[in-house]
Amino acid sequence: MTNALTIENLTKTYNNGFEALKGINLIVEKGDFFALLGPNGAGKSTTIGIICSLVNKSSGTVKVYDQDIDIDLSAAKSYIGLVPQEFNFNIFEPVEEIIINQAGYYGIDRPIAIKRTEKLLHQLDLWEKRKEQARNLSGGMKRRLMIARALVHEPHLLILDEPTAGVDIEIRRSMWEFLKEINKQGTTIILTTHYLEEAEQLCEKIAIIDHGNIIQDTSMKNLLSQLNVETFVLDLAEPLETLTESSDYKFTQVKKDQLEVEVSKEQNINELFCWLNDNHIRISSMRNKVNRLEELFMRLLKKEQ
Amino acid sequence: MKLKHQYIAFKTIVIKEILRFMRIWVQTVLPPAITTSLYFIIFGNLIGSQIEDMDGFSYMEYIVPGLILMAVITNSYANVVSSFYGAKFQHHIEEMLISPTPNYIILLGFVAGGVARGLIVGAVVTVVSLFFTDLEIQHFFVTTVVVLLTAILFSLAGFVNAVFAKSFDDISIIPTFVLTPLTYLGGVFYTIKLLPEFWQSISLINPILYMVNTFRYGIIGISDIDITTAFSIIVGFIALLFWWCMRLLNTGVGIRT
Repeated sequence: MTNALTIENLTKTYNNGFEALKGINLIVEKGDFFALLGPNGAGKSTTIGIICSLVNKSSGTVKVYDQDIDIDLSAAKSYIGLVPQEFNFNIFEPVEEIIINQAGYYGIDRPIAIKRTEKLLHQLDLWEKRKEQARNLSGGMKRRLMIARALVHEPHLLILDEPTAGVDIEIRRSMWEFLKEINKQGTTIILTTHYLEEAEQLCEKIAIIDHGNIIQDTSMKNLLSQLNVETFVLDLAEPLETLTESSDYKFTQVKKDQLEVEVSKEQNINELFCWLNDNHIRISSMRNKVNRLEELFMRLLKKEQ
Repeated sequence: MKLKHQYIAFKTIVIKEILRFMRIWVQTVLPPAITTSLYFIIFGNLIGSQIEDMDGFSYMEYIVPGLILMAVITNSYANVVSSFYGAKFQHHIEEMLISPTPNYIILLGFVAGGVARGLIVGAVVTVVSLFFTDLEIQHFFVTTVVVLLTAILFSLAGFVNAVFAKSFDDISIIPTFVLTPLTYLGGVFYTIKLLPEFWQSISLINPILYMVNTFRYGIIGISDIDITTAFSIIVGFIALLFWWCMRLLNTGVGIRT
C-alpha cells in the first residue's frame, strides 16, 4: 500500500555540527491525521523542512506518495501543501494575489486558480479581506491565509507546523473544524503543535520526537492508555482544616478549599467519591490538572532525560 | 512538471515581478528618468556644448546611447537583487522552493522581471532623450539584441549578488563599488581613443565597455571595439553567470540550510 509519507534513517547534521536528526524512521498512512510532537529544538521543523526541500538532509530517504525526493523531487513536492510556523508571504501583496500566485507555481491555470481562491477565501472567512495587503491582516487571519495558500493546489498531504500558534481560542476551534473536514475528505494531515489538547482532539496517530530521535510512534489511543496515573483537581464546597490521611489515594491540599488527588488506572473514581463522602468532604467541581496527553508527554520526556 | 505547467509557473513569476516594480513606480521607474534628464541638461547641453565633436557627433548625440544603456544596466541589476533578496529576507521565496517549479524556471522568472524593468526604464530614458536630441537608429537588430543581452546579463549578476547577500547593505555594495565605477569608466561619456594607450588596454578588461560601444554602434553607427568580439564576450558572460546561478540554486546556497 502506498503511504503518504515514508521516512527511513533520516539524519541531519547542520554545518555547526548540531545533530538535529539521528536516523529517524516514520510512516504516515494515507488519510491519517498525524501528530508530530516534541519540545522546542527536538527536530520537528527540521523534519518538515527536509520533506518540503527547504532543508538539505545529511542521509536517509524520504518518500511522499512513493515519490523519492532524491529521484523525482518535483513529483514529491506536487503532493505537499505546507503551512509553516513563521509567516512567509509577501506582506505587500494583496491576499488573493498571494493565493493565486501559489497556484501558478504548481502550474494551475489562472481561471481555475481564481475559482479555488474564491472558495477557500469564503471557507476561511477571508473573502472581505481579499484586496487587502497581507500586512494589514490580524495574526489569526494571517494563519488562515497560509492555510488557504497551502490548499490551493489541493495537496494530498498537508503539513501544518504549529498552525494555531498565537490564535485565539474561538478561531482555533473553527480552524480545527475546518481541518477535520478536509481530513474527512481524504487529505492526509501532519500536525505539529505545542497545544497538546489540539493534538488529542484532532489526531488519531502520534509520534513524539526528542533530541532527534522518535521516542513514540503509535495511535493516540495506545499512547493515552500508557498513562497510569492521572491527577485531578477537586474544588471543595467547604474549606477543609485538616485532611485525613488515605491509604489508597495520594492527596495534596493546595488551598483550604482545593485538593489534588492522584488516581491510578486500576483505581475506581466511584470509590474515591465514596471515600470523600465517608470523610465528609463535599466536592463542588472536579477537573484534570493538566491535559492527559500533556501529562504523558511530560513523563515521557522526563524518562528520556 | 509538464512543460505547460512550467510555462504557467514562469508566467506567474514574471507577472508578479512586473507588478512588484510597477506598484512602486515612483521608486523604480521615475528616478532614472529624472537622473538621466539631469545628465542630458548638464553634460549634454551645458557642458557638452563646450566640447568638440566626438567621431563626428555632437557630445549630446555621443552620450545618449551610453546613458540609455546605463539605465538598463542599473535597473535590471537592481530589480533582481532587491526582489530576490527581499523574497529571501521575508522568506516568501519558500513559496516557490516548496512548489514543483524547477529551479531554472525560478531563475528565468526573476531574470525576465529584471529584463522587463531594464527595458521599460530604458524606453522611458529614450523618450526623455528625444527632448534633447534626435535619434536615428542605424542598426536596429544590433541595438535590440545588445540591449536585451545586457539586461539579461545584469539580471543574472543581480541574482548572484542577492543569493550571497546577508543584509540590505550587501545588496548596495556591488552596485556602488563595482557597477557604477565600471559603467562610468565603460565609455559612456567618452571614447577610449582619448585615453593614453596603457589606459586604453586597461579599459578593454571592462565588460561594460563592450556593451556600451555595441549599443552606440547600433544607434549612431560608431564603436571603439569590434562588434563580433563584443557579442562573444556578452554571450560568454551570460553563459557563465547562468551556470553559476543554477549551481547556487541547486545547492541551495543562501536559501536552504
